Amino acid sequence: MSNSQSKPSDFTPRIVAFFCNWCTYTASDLAGTARMTYAPNARIIRVMCSGRIDPQFVMAAYRNGADGVLIGGCHPGDCHYQEGNYKCLRRITLLKRMLSQLGIESERLRLEWISASEGDRVQRVVNEMTMQIKALGPLKLNIPQPEHSHAVPTQSHTPKSKEVVS
Amino acid sequence: MSKPKIGFYWCASCGGCEEAIVDLNEAVLDVVAAVDIVFWPCAMDFKKSDVEAMADKEITAIFINGAIRSSEQFEMAELLRKKSQFVISFGSCSHEGGIPGLANLYKKEDLLSTVYSTAFSTINPNYTLPQTQTKVPEGIATLPELWETVKSLDQVIDVDYFLPGCPPPVKLVVDAVTALLSGNLPPKGAVLAPDKALCDDCTRKATKPEKLQHKRFYRPSEILIDPEKCLLAQGLLCLGPVTRMGCDWACINGNMPCTGCMGPTSRVRDYGAKALSAMASVIDLNDEEEIQKSMDSIVDPVGTFYRYSLATSQLHSAIHTNGGK
Repeated sequence: MSNSQSKPSDFTPRIVAFFCNWCTYTASDLAGTARMTYAPNARIIRVMCSGRIDPQFVMAAYRNGADGVLIGGCHPGDCHYQEGNYKCLRRITLLKRMLSQLGIESERLRLEWISASEGDRVQRVVNEMTMQIKALGPLKLNIPQPEHSHAVPTQSHTPKSKEVVS
Repeated sequence: MSKPKIGFYWCASCGGCEEAIVDLNEAVLDVVAAVDIVFWPCAMDFKKSDVEAMADKEITAIFINGAIRSSEQFEMAELLRKKSQFVISFGSCSHEGGIPGLANLYKKEDLLSTVYSTAFSTINPNYTLPQTQTKVPEGIATLPELWETVKSLDQVIDVDYFLPGCPPPVKLVVDAVTALLSGNLPPKGAVLAPDKALCDDCTRKATKPEKLQHKRFYRPSEILIDPEKCLLAQGLLCLGPVTRMGCDWACINGNMPCTGCMGPTSRVRDYGAKALSAMASVIDLNDEEEIQKSMDSIVDPVGTFYRYSLATSQLHSAIHTNGGK
């Protein structure tokens, strides 16, 4: 799958979603058992806590072809580990500021508190984010050629679509 | 028996790395006794043609400092790679893109327009820009081409070892030269510095509290810095927790926080993201608005966390095609 199509209508956004085991992942399970339909663009990765999400994960997702990253955690005060979601909030707040300096739109990183009973909210958030990123278009990074390539002087410093990991 | 040949070359750098060689002081005499310096444009009169005349792999080790951001630097890096057995990436710029790597926040045309037009001290009404080729009565004069982005050395040629630091500490340079001469070498691709975080053996470690908790950060100019106490505990953005040791705490001993020039340890893939994570976790606030306000105390997140490593970060450069700022 390539995300380098030029026409926005052909563009299928890829969203990497990190959901916490105790709340948001359970909510997405609930959405599934309740047969709610929502955009298939989010690839869900279950983590034990939103506090486990290292900002490096978000950068790695963009690097490897994500057009957006969604993070789901427990509501403030409800964290299974007391304060993991607050740690996540502090990191993501600062990360968003850094990403805006790097030209990445704020819609491409979204943090949501979704409890285990809010399956409908998973549906709404994923649909909404898919629409927003579809409107923004693909995230085109400017990544140098793989190391030691002798093609570097003529090619790698011209903008190109990012590498795609299958 | 002829002595091993070594050389030094500089690309996009400030000259501080050359200073680091001079800082060897008397030890440089031992180095010169053991090796022949066959190329060092900064200090001695050698030309590119001297290198071209050498046989392949004739130079035992070449130390290249500075980032790669022009066709000329790339050409020299490739030539020196061909003529050398070992290429050692010397200093932060060569290792991770360094301070010049922050140019990757901007488009090439914006950099050129700042330097050649809008800068305070520039008068250039015709907006004359450097050209790669210019016709002159004698023929065609050429200049190297500036690249769109700044790259680290290992993003353009095969590199054997890395000597980190801005500039690399003398002790590490001596150790590296000794290892090269004795043939007692680590695996290819190794960073020639201890693989531990700066905080691990910090002279101020005893004063670091169990849990760091701050409402905001301070810049060194905003507070009186206690010369004994852990700098993070004083609310300064000290990047010791995420930075490789080997500098002998030069900045810490000078009562200034670590800015991360030694780069990450081997476990970290994106230095800036990891540093951001460590610093954001220190903020002891739960309310979204208060967190936003406290983050205002970090004035320039990219310049703080990617100060030396933007070019080798996961994103490599800012994105302009999507209409970002």
